[in-house]
Amino acid sequence: MMAAIKSMPMSGKVGAVLAACWLFLALFGPWLAPHSANEIVAYDVFEPLGGDYILGTDYIGRDVFSRILDGTRFTIFIPLLAAALACSVGTLIALYSAVSHPRTDEIISRFMDALISIPSKIFSLVMIAAFGSSVPILLTITAISYMPGSFRIARSLAVNVANLDFVTVARTRGESRLYLAVKEILPNILHPMLADFGLRFVFVVLLLSSLSFLGLGVQPPEADLGSLVRENLSGLAEGAPAVIVPAIAIATITIAVNLVIDSLRGAATYAARGR
Amino acid sequence: MTAHIIVEHLYVEAGPTEQPVTIVDDVSFSLQRGEVLALIGESGSGKTTIALTLLGYARPGCRIIGGSVMVGKDNMADKAESQLAGLRGRKVAYVAQSAAAAFNPSRRIMDQVVESALMHGLMTRKEAEAKAVTLFANLSLPSPETIGRRYPHEVSGGQLQRLMAAMALICDPELVIFDEPTTALDVTTQVDVLKAFKVAVKATNTTAVYVSHDLAVVAQMADRILVLQRGRVVENNPTDRILNDAEHPYTQQLLNAVQNNDTVQNKEHSDVVLDIGDIEAGYGKITKAGKPEIPILSGISLKVLRGQTVGIIGESGSGKSTFARVIAGLLPASAGYMVLNNQELPSAIADRGKRECQHIQMVFQNADTALNPSHKVADILGRPLTFFHGLKGEAQKERVAELLELVKLPVALADRKCGALSGGQKQRINLARALAAEPSVILCDEVTSALDTVVAAAILDLLEELQARLNIAIVFISHDISTVKSLCDEVLVLYKGKKVEHGSGSSFACAPYHPYTDLLVSSVPTLDPEWLDSRKRDLDALDISVQNTDDLCRFRDRCPVKLGDQCNTEAPPLRTLTSGKSVLCHRDQAMLVAQ
Repeated sequence: MMAAIKSMPMSGKVGAVLAACWLFLALFGPWLAPHSANEIVAYDVFEPLGGDYILGTDYIGRDVFSRILDGTRFTIFIPLLAAALACSVGTLIALYSAVSHPRTDEIISRFMDALISIPSKIFSLVMIAAFGSSVPILLTITAISYMPGSFRIARSLAVNVANLDFVTVARTRGESRLYLAVKEILPNILHPMLADFGLRFVFVVLLLSSLSFLGLGVQPPEADLGSLVRENLSGLAEGAPAVIVPAIAIATITIAVNLVIDSLRGAATYAARGR
Repeated sequence: MTAHIIVEHLYVEAGPTEQPVTIVDDVSFSLQRGEVLALIGESGSGKTTIALTLLGYARPGCRIIGGSVMVGKDNMADKAESQLAGLRGRKVAYVAQSAAAAFNPSRRIMDQVVESALMHGLMTRKEAEAKAVTLFANLSLPSPETIGRRYPHEVSGGQLQRLMAAMALICDPELVIFDEPTTALDVTTQVDVLKAFKVAVKATNTTAVYVSHDLAVVAQMADRILVLQRGRVVENNPTDRILNDAEHPYTQQLLNAVQNNDTVQNKEHSDVVLDIGDIEAGYGKITKAGKPEIPILSGISLKVLRGQTVGIIGESGSGKSTFARVIAGLLPASAGYMVLNNQELPSAIADRGKRECQHIQMVFQNADTALNPSHKVADILGRPLTFFHGLKGEAQKERVAELLELVKLPVALADRKCGALSGGQKQRINLARALAAEPSVILCDEVTSALDTVVAAAILDLLEELQARLNIAIVFISHDISTVKSLCDEVLVLYKGKKVEHGSGSSFACAPYHPYTDLLVSSVPTLDPEWLDSRKRDLDALDISVQNTDDLCRFRDRCPVKLGDQCNTEAPPLRTLTSGKSVLCHRDQAMLVAQ
């Protein structure tokens, strides 16, 4: 792991450091916060940077810094869980599909194509309208909307591996499909699937933030970074940090993860060519 | 006269700068204009690396760290990338091993052949196309006027390789580099391609560097041979001297590997292990007549005795690999029967039991893809042990060590992943995995084709030794008739899915043969440098993709000794010759001897 980071280009290292910082804040943010997230600490709203509160105050005078530290948890952990769910379920179905009879494979693939054709935002809006917004619902919605994409990537990788001779050897041995999928194929597609996982994480961060911005994501009194942007929108005209800083926070999280993935991919293709 | 190409004290290293590995170590040679030099050695000997330095190119991760590479007046070793771009293609051209990968499948051949001439601005499109047509004719390509209008997938592999040579020669380069250009081709195709290359190079007085691991091929092409081992020159002499009077022991080893032609002693065999009768198989849906849409094999029968080696030969597309897949149950036969150890063998693998799977093991050609790169050697060998014999823990470990010893590999390899092994080592592991199951029959599909001559010879020796010790039957599939002749007790020749000749290994030692077998035998290059020029040209297969389904002789379009109408209208009879082998041909023994 350390060696992998060491061999990355500069942009990758910057990304890794940034991503690590965000992960740290997500884990320990609430304990580091100088104030309680929901405590009204100042009479002044939309205070500027510096001053008594490092990142100023929000539309009702709460400490922006504390609120960001508290909100990061949602913006990191919900997408992390959702992406993990989407990728693991997608990969498992893809593996099953790759070692099954072509007809089974066809049925599963076409069903996934149907799912992938539903726009994720509209799907989320409909689901939230039906079931209301809560963290478990958000988790389920985002996991379902990104699972077919993950399935498609995993399936195309798995089908390539499934045609290699070592899988044929295992087949002639009479091995079960489970063994073929998990022991022979999975280890060889794990690397690109990890990169895909990172990418899905970014997508979910953006989807969740935009849902929260529409007021349909994480519900008050809790707030993720997207909700922070929305509730302080009236400060935009004054250039209040309360609306700008959470937006920058979302941007840095997604860019950091993207940088890491890009450099991992570069390293992987370079290693493949060198072999 | 000064030499055209002078390479002096060339060093190339690879790997990280802190711990470099020297892969070309103080190599010097020179070449006169119009001469052909061959670079020969095993993989890893640095032959391709040296050839690429003549283009001023080092592969990613490699660096030219010293010496000079003079082509004419230019030192390719210290030119900037921008200057090199002007020289490559115009002054020095390159013909790669796999033409199929070098052509862009979505553009017409002509566009790609003239591209470099237009890019360097040497001639107008019209001139370039006219030149290309002459080159096509020189390379004896069929219909040179129109072949350029086709797409790469519409011509055969051998033709594509020649088209690639045309692409290289279009700018009249001073130097052409051929990098194993015939390694991926069938023997019969190889002859044509070599011949075309030789004529084209002589006609234009081009200097050529020919990279190969096959000494017999090189003997046909080269004026001088440079023998390389681990990046060092071990011998640099004219071709005649190398062939007749090799100085270095390594060169002698290479020569011996080619001349290895000891005939088999007939062993005593008793019981039938595998009995295959009237197999028909193919791809696609099964039609109403009960045959597959694209039939490949028709009416193949074979009996394999315990401890016997059966060879199956044919060109690519002859159905030999399909036959192996049928036996392994990967492709269920549409008709016919198989009997293993006196019990009927279901045709599909899904219907076979564990014991039946255990007794038939397959060894694939390409050990790179046949071993799972993310498993350790111990896991690869351990899995069949657990699966078939329930061996676990210490017992398994011991058996893995025994197996490694059996294939002559150090036991310490068990903990390594197979990415770190050499080609020969991988092939031994591949073999050991098949042996781990303790099978009755091993199917070897082209197990030596991807290996260097010396390594391949070692694998064949191992195979013979193992068979004698373990008394297993081997079905040995190959396109290389000389290997098959010397190794096998029984030989089966396939052409387009039909058995054209079948007999004992010793009966293949000399003529008469079926005309197709005759073509295969005579297409194997020998160490005689005159061999290529004395060969008559093989008839290009008119349309190789068409699968004949009727009973007529399938070889008739290519047959040099066709008997007029009889071959076109009547099914050939299966004759039994005095040597005991059967031949599917209209010609009788006397006529086959005479050909």
